[in-house]
Amino acid sequence: MNHRFHLGMWLVILGALHVIVGCAGFFAPYDPVAQNREQVFQPPARLRFVDLLGHFHIRPFFYPTGLRLDALQYSEDPKQPVPLRFFVTGAPYRLLGVLPARVHLFGTDHASVYLLGSDGFGRDLFSRILYGGQVSLLAGLLGTGLALSLGWGIGTAAGYFGGWRDELLMRTAELFLALPWLYLLFAVRAFLPLVVSPLQAFSLVIAVIGTVGWVRPSRLIRGIVLSAKERDFVRAARGFGASDVYLLRRHILPQTYNVMLTQAAILVPQYVLAEMSLSFLGLGVPEPVASWGNLLSSLQQYSVLVSYWWMYAPAVAMVPFFMVYLRVASLLQENKQAF
Amino acid sequence: MRSSRNICRICTVRVTAFLALIMPLTLSAGANLQATPSKEDLLALPGEIGRRGGRIVVSLRSEPKTLNPLTAIDAPSRDVIGVMQADLVHINRATQLTEPALAESWKFSAGGLTCTVTLRAGLKFSDGQPLDADDVLFTFQVYLDESVHATQRDLLIVGGKPIAIQKADARTLIFQLAKPYGVGERLFDGFAILPRHLLEKPYKEGKLGQTGALSTSADQWAGLGPFRLKEYVAGQRLVLERNPYYWKTDARGTRLPYLDELIFLFVSSADAQVLRFQSGDVDIISRVGAENFAVLSRQPRGYTMIDAGPSLEYNFLFFNLNDLGARNSLDIAERQKWFRDLMFRQAVSAAIDRGAIVRLIYQGRGASLWGPVTPGNPRWLDAAIAHPPRSLDKARQLLREAGFKWTDSAGAEPALIDKTGKPVEFSIITSASNADRAKMATLIQDDLRQLGMHVNLVPLELRSLIDRVTGTKEYDACVLGVANFDADPNSELNVWLSSGGMHLWNPAQSHPATQWESEIDRLMEQQLTVVDQHQRKKLYDRVQEILAENQPMIFLASPDVLAGAKSTIGNFHPAVLEPYVLWNVEQLYLRNAAENASK
Repeated sequence: MNHRFHLGMWLVILGALHVIVGCAGFFAPYDPVAQNREQVFQPPARLRFVDLLGHFHIRPFFYPTGLRLDALQYSEDPKQPVPLRFFVTGAPYRLLGVLPARVHLFGTDHASVYLLGSDGFGRDLFSRILYGGQVSLLAGLLGTGLALSLGWGIGTAAGYFGGWRDELLMRTAELFLALPWLYLLFAVRAFLPLVVSPLQAFSLVIAVIGTVGWVRPSRLIRGIVLSAKERDFVRAARGFGASDVYLLRRHILPQTYNVMLTQAAILVPQYVLAEMSLSFLGLGVPEPVASWGNLLSSLQQYSVLVSYWWMYAPAVAMVPFFMVYLRVASLLQENKQAF
Repeated sequence: MRSSRNICRICTVRVTAFLALIMPLTLSAGANLQATPSKEDLLALPGEIGRRGGRIVVSLRSEPKTLNPLTAIDAPSRDVIGVMQADLVHINRATQLTEPALAESWKFSAGGLTCTVTLRAGLKFSDGQPLDADDVLFTFQVYLDESVHATQRDLLIVGGKPIAIQKADARTLIFQLAKPYGVGERLFDGFAILPRHLLEKPYKEGKLGQTGALSTSADQWAGLGPFRLKEYVAGQRLVLERNPYYWKTDARGTRLPYLDELIFLFVSSADAQVLRFQSGDVDIISRVGAENFAVLSRQPRGYTMIDAGPSLEYNFLFFNLNDLGARNSLDIAERQKWFRDLMFRQAVSAAIDRGAIVRLIYQGRGASLWGPVTPGNPRWLDAAIAHPPRSLDKARQLLREAGFKWTDSAGAEPALIDKTGKPVEFSIITSASNADRAKMATLIQDDLRQLGMHVNLVPLELRSLIDRVTGTKEYDACVLGVANFDADPNSELNVWLSSGGMHLWNPAQSHPATQWESEIDRLMEQQLTVVDQHQRKKLYDRVQEILAENQPMIFLASPDVLAGAKSTIGNFHPAVLEPYVLWNVEQLYLRNAAENASK
């Protein structure tokens, strides 16, 4: 029971993280592509409760920062503290991509609050991480869905039917495994039309992840199906004249469900990482749309690497996601053994 | 322009040379040479007196392809050749004026059709072989030979005819031109004088193009520059040593160069160069980006960073104005209707925030541009060109006048549509390897979004970008930059002539497509043969004005020349002309600890 409780708790946390990213429009204070050219590479705002005189304020506030041109550095201006407001009206967005709305969780009356700093165009990094998460996580989820369903179907067919069909499918799988897919992707990209809309680029990324990713799950599923179809109760059912479809549905496939779930929990973070790599190399969604890989690609420049530590934030943001996913995966694994 | 002005500034050391200076043409040079066969006519340079010895390490972005001045086109090769070779007349990179080099004097005839050049006495190649007029004759014969494919050959064709060269005596040459040449003696800059004793044989065998590989043994290669080949380690470094026969001295008469060795290290990326410089492996760094410059300037450890001011590089946005004809790119032709509309281009120009480009991308180390001549080139800059500030209102008004409209859907941002109701959407291609230009495009994308235009950015590998612009012509718009070698407009012929291969918005036309392009053609060809500098400036000013009126290129910004060197290096004065830092390599020297402390 304790075990189930743990799994449930982690699933709730995972769900909450996804809700936050899914409703990025509400949680992010600004439009992720809005540039503020007066405030580029702003360090993260320091939220305070205690002012310089030592007074405690229940409402968090921060001091606006101004650029000191002589040193190209920002310094806080303690004369005008800016309080943080909640449920403010700001830039329009669509909640979950559907509902038009203008209310944001937090914001300010004047001055901009950069919770995690701003980038080289003065865009709010916190907002971009949330919006970028939508792209990266969705790519991970859809990529996993595609890879697993392909892998499931092919692995089951190869394992159940055996013979030359098994040979054909598994040799094909090996071929896919051996492909230098990153270079292949560069080549594919070169053949596509010059202008690729963000949606097309996104679909391409998922297609790539799916077509490359199905091989490993399919081999796993094939193994399970191979052993399952030789079990005594399956043989018995076959002896009683059960059809292939009945056998698969009733006896064999249910044995793969647990593996599928565990695989999913392992693959999602892997594929999020794959999307990030592709975007990092410029093969993912194009500017100015944010994705975690896009956000990190500015770190390719040495000057950014050594000057603006907050540009690492997208890399840190994915850590809780990956930890929770992997925790869920290992709990699912234990769960399977418990049965 | 005559030689006297430059010569005044430079004193020569030997008496015979002094005589030659006073009466360069009346002197019978042959007799003079016989009388003083061993006398050398050295050029004394003004400036800080240095000390002999030591070595300096410089990084190159890639290995030079060749040491051969005839075939070199890549920047690393040009950098290396620049310190190993010398030309008859040289453009001083700091003053941007000509100075005598191997030629101690030159004189144009009254009509500008002949130029008589007198060589310095006692010149020797870096292998000790003497130089005379035959070497110069051989050099220009080779440059002009079509089968050699010398990259600079076009510059020797004046009025459709190659320059003819005659030898008057062992030190005097006469250059004959079909038409007066506007650049005057600047023509000679960049034509390295070649050693006939080494290259005549390969030339006759037709193998001249293959000579000058980096693996050439040191005794098989010679030049007249301050350094000569010593050692080459493939993939790592190229070591040069001082040329003991070099023809310049400092003001005290010490023969230059000061340094014993100059080492070129091959460091492949800009960031790696910064790291090597920071760690002290490399003594001099040039072509630094503004962001890396800021990083290096923050905590300089034993080095000095210098901002030499606006370079000659200009960056611009241009639209595809090619006549695509029956080509299979209908949708581009469709969008070209907007691009061809002058008011559309003017509106785009008015909407671009040039100040933000300089501030965000060049960190303030650069200049906004409204024409191709940058503030780094004051001699040719047309001060009359207007610098209109950014104005979205003016841009909207221009678009309205041109018949564009905006959709008014509630909530969403209004989108710009043309007369037929088609939304204005196009793409801008940039070089993926140039982070600065990619950022410029991102800024422009946002600027134009505010006009309701939907712009897609397409970063491309440089080679495929050039192929699209000059070959297939399948693109809408492009952000690119041109880095000039010389301040003179002649270096730009290829860009402004409608027949030029770098006439980017519509290259290599057989006939000028528009009235104003044919006007530019006429002006550029006219300035080529006008000798009066004032007149030439007027003609080129008019070219700049036509460009500003018609906006075939929307000029954006020019970065400063940024460089750095260890604080122990003396005479380090980066210039805005290439080679930015090594132009006075013969005068660079290493200070000792005491001198350094006093600096």
